[in-house]
Amino acid sequence: MDYKLTDEELALKKMYNEFFREEMKKAPLKTLKGGLEGSYSSDEVWEFTKYMRKKLVEKGWYVQHWPKEYGGRDAPLNEQMIFNESLAYFGAPGIDGFGVGMFGPTLMLYATEEQKKRLLLPIGKGEVQYCQGWSEPNAGSDLASLNTLAIKDGEYYVVNGQKIWITGGHRADHMFLLARTNPAEKRGRGLSVFNVDLFWPGIEIRPIKYMNGAHIYNEVFFTDCRIHESERIGPENQGWAITRDTMNFERSGAGAFARARRELEHVLEYVKTTKRNGKYLWEDPLVRQKLGKLYSEMEAGRAMAYKVAWLQRVGNLRFSPAVASEGKVFSTELMQRIADFAIEIMGLPGNLEDLESAPLQGAMIGSYQTIIGSIICAGSNEIQRNIIAWVGCGLPRLKGQG
Amino acid sequence: MDLDFSSEQTMLRDSAAKFFANECNYEEVKHIEETDQGYSPKLWQKIAELGWTGLLFPENYGGYGGSFLDLVIIFEEIGKACFPSPFFSTIVQCGLLILEGGTEEQKNDLLSRIADGSLIMSLAQYEAETDYTYESITMKAEQKGDAYVLNGTKMFAMDANIADKLIVAAHAGAAGLSLFLVDADHPGVSITKLPYVSAENACEVIFKDVEVGSNDMIGAPGDGASLLDKMYDKAAVAKAAEMSGGCERAIGLTAKYARERVQYGNPIGGYQAIQHFMSNMLIAADTCSNYLYKVACMIDEGDDFSRDASGLKAVANEAYRFVTERAVKIHGGIGTTREADIALFYRRAHPFSMMCGSTAYHYEKVAQSLLKDGLGAF
Ligand SMILES: Cc1cc2nc3c(=O)[nH]c(=O)nc-3n(C[C@H](O)[C@H](O)[C@H](O)COP(=O)(O)OP(=O)(O)OC[C@H]3O[C@@H](n4cnc5c(N)ncnc54)[C@H](O)[C@@H]3O)c2cc1C
Repeated sequence: MDYKLTDEELALKKMYNEFFREEMKKAPLKTLKGGLEGSYSSDEVWEFTKYMRKKLVEKGWYVQHWPKEYGGRDAPLNEQMIFNESLAYFGAPGIDGFGVGMFGPTLMLYATEEQKKRLLLPIGKGEVQYCQGWSEPNAGSDLASLNTLAIKDGEYYVVNGQKIWITGGHRADHMFLLARTNPAEKRGRGLSVFNVDLFWPGIEIRPIKYMNGAHIYNEVFFTDCRIHESERIGPENQGWAITRDTMNFERSGAGAFARARRELEHVLEYVKTTKRNGKYLWEDPLVRQKLGKLYSEMEAGRAMAYKVAWLQRVGNLRFSPAVASEGKVFSTELMQRIADFAIEIMGLPGNLEDLESAPLQGAMIGSYQTIIGSIICAGSNEIQRNIIAWVGCGLPRLKGQG
Repeated sequence: MDLDFSSEQTMLRDSAAKFFANECNYEEVKHIEETDQGYSPKLWQKIAELGWTGLLFPENYGGYGGSFLDLVIIFEEIGKACFPSPFFSTIVQCGLLILEGGTEEQKNDLLSRIADGSLIMSLAQYEAETDYTYESITMKAEQKGDAYVLNGTKMFAMDANIADKLIVAAHAGAAGLSLFLVDADHPGVSITKLPYVSAENACEVIFKDVEVGSNDMIGAPGDGASLLDKMYDKAAVAKAAEMSGGCERAIGLTAKYARERVQYGNPIGGYQAIQHFMSNMLIAADTCSNYLYKVACMIDEGDDFSRDASGLKAVANEAYRFVTERAVKIHGGIGTTREADIALFYRRAHPFSMMCGSTAYHYEKVAQSLLKDGLGAF
């Protein structure tokens, strides 16, 4: 057993770090807020996201872990992990997580050759932006109960219904849609996956403001929207099994802890240089205790994320063990603890959102507001805890528990 | 990167697990706990034959030259079994002190006897008013010609009641804290086993005019603090391994119970309050065990691991206390009895957390290191 990077991997890491350090100097301040807001909110941030995407494509890093035939270079998973860590550490936008991270790998498994050529290659070249069309007002955690209908009419499906919380829907040109093709079936059995061009008739996108005022997610309404059958991914009514694979691709790992590390570095700098009542914050034993605790938890979590990456590397991409769910719960809640701690020791100025003059330029109060969204989305932490109990501890799954 | 154990390490783990399953189940543990000796000489000989007592020492001192990760594997299994023995006091505390600070002669003599199972040792360091640092140690070693004379009382010297030799931390005049080797049967030494929550051999040791030759020291006069520091960095990782193994087993026992115990027509493990307790326990245990392997690898690679040893011990303390508390709670009334296997773990939570430094002590150490050196290069 060893955790060491090879000389080659160290060189890659250095290269990625240098690239992101330089490029992020050009980032608008709002990008600092990272996470969900860091890509899709203001026009300024979105322009920078597209700029970074172009750079990453030019470098050949955008989908480097993809197979060669789809525009990648078959980069081994550990190299991809190093890349993700670097990207997350510097809070760099650019990658379309929905297209590259979720829909692309799904297409590789389920799409026809024609679809792969038409849909997959543009994702790999960074030419399109996807969004994820799953949640509905009445189908959140219990996604399989969704009720947007896609009823067959000749070669077309006629789609009617409402999707909600569609992150980046206003920046996207495509959506992967999960809809009900068999209204007679209640749950997962009657669902299918579609590729949707958001500029087709019958689609309306309305913004929802996130609590911090940013435009992150949207409602998307379908009214008699006609989707050709060639846009269906995989067999009809098999959409739930396909979507479960897509969900597993969504699981993030080591990047989250790299992000937490960066935040801790900023907080450390803050306590070293900030005085309250004539004393530096670091002189307060309570501050030191929490700093010690958050660092230790971050390192412990990182070691666990490496384990997830290792298991996926020796297993396969679709493999999502309980420990991946543990990583999602632990990393999001750790980042919440970091933000809470930082804001608390900042005192009243910690509540300032103004980017220029606020402590750490408002990054912590920004994280405080967006991390709660990450705790809820991508399978809420309660849903993850169910999975951990069932899969990790072998506890029984009672009727009605999901 | 390679996060798998070697096949030799997997064999080591399997054989340790098999040993405890066959030779020292929880009934046997409870039986040993009731004895004055608090350990089984028969099992001690067997683990010596298995090579565990010499695992960490180089071959020229009668050991097997194993890696720290090997030791971690053994300690995880010890933690799962709640195995009562002087393994930690003898091999880790005293063994590492001798390995680091002993003369060639001491190493040849003492380490080889530890390795073959014939020598049990105890570290007498704490006093009534000391914490985990050495600043408040008051015991003095008065110089008398070429010898020193020890007077005073040590507390919580683990396994002193069964030890052949003690290592005693005392101030040698201006030189400062020093480590002295004392025979446990010296007429000036009186040892009393204290009633201790984990039933471990925590002892009070009173020294009355105990004369020690200047040859019988570990390290030079004044080396005490630095030798103890070095030892405790590694000892903390070994203790964390014992605790990490304990977490894993406590979760396993509790999950089994939660699957079997039926109330209101369902196994209690089907109820979400219990499920979410258990998933939090598993998260605490898995973050701890992965950090443990990482730090053990840092030791084996010769990296600077002091900060992470502290981080790990604090994480292990929190995990073990959280896991064992929830584990008893999930067992209900049966978990609160003297016979309950799970209570073995719960009773160990506080003493284990304090061994090698409490949670707060280690978080403070981590913070000091961060304030001094930053997080280090990303
Ligand atoms: C910032 C953000 C971005 C998002 N982006 C997208 C997107 O791009 N595309 C998309 O399709 N969706 C998106 N979502 C939606 C997200 O997937 C859902 O919010 C999530 O699945 C939870 O559904 P819900 O909001 O309806 O809450 P509910 O499912 O109603 O849950 C409410 C509460 O009950 C808990 N709960 C529910 N079921 C159980 C159970 N069985 N056991 C215990 N507790 C339970 C939940 O954990 C939660 O705390 C986003 C959400 C957020 C917050």
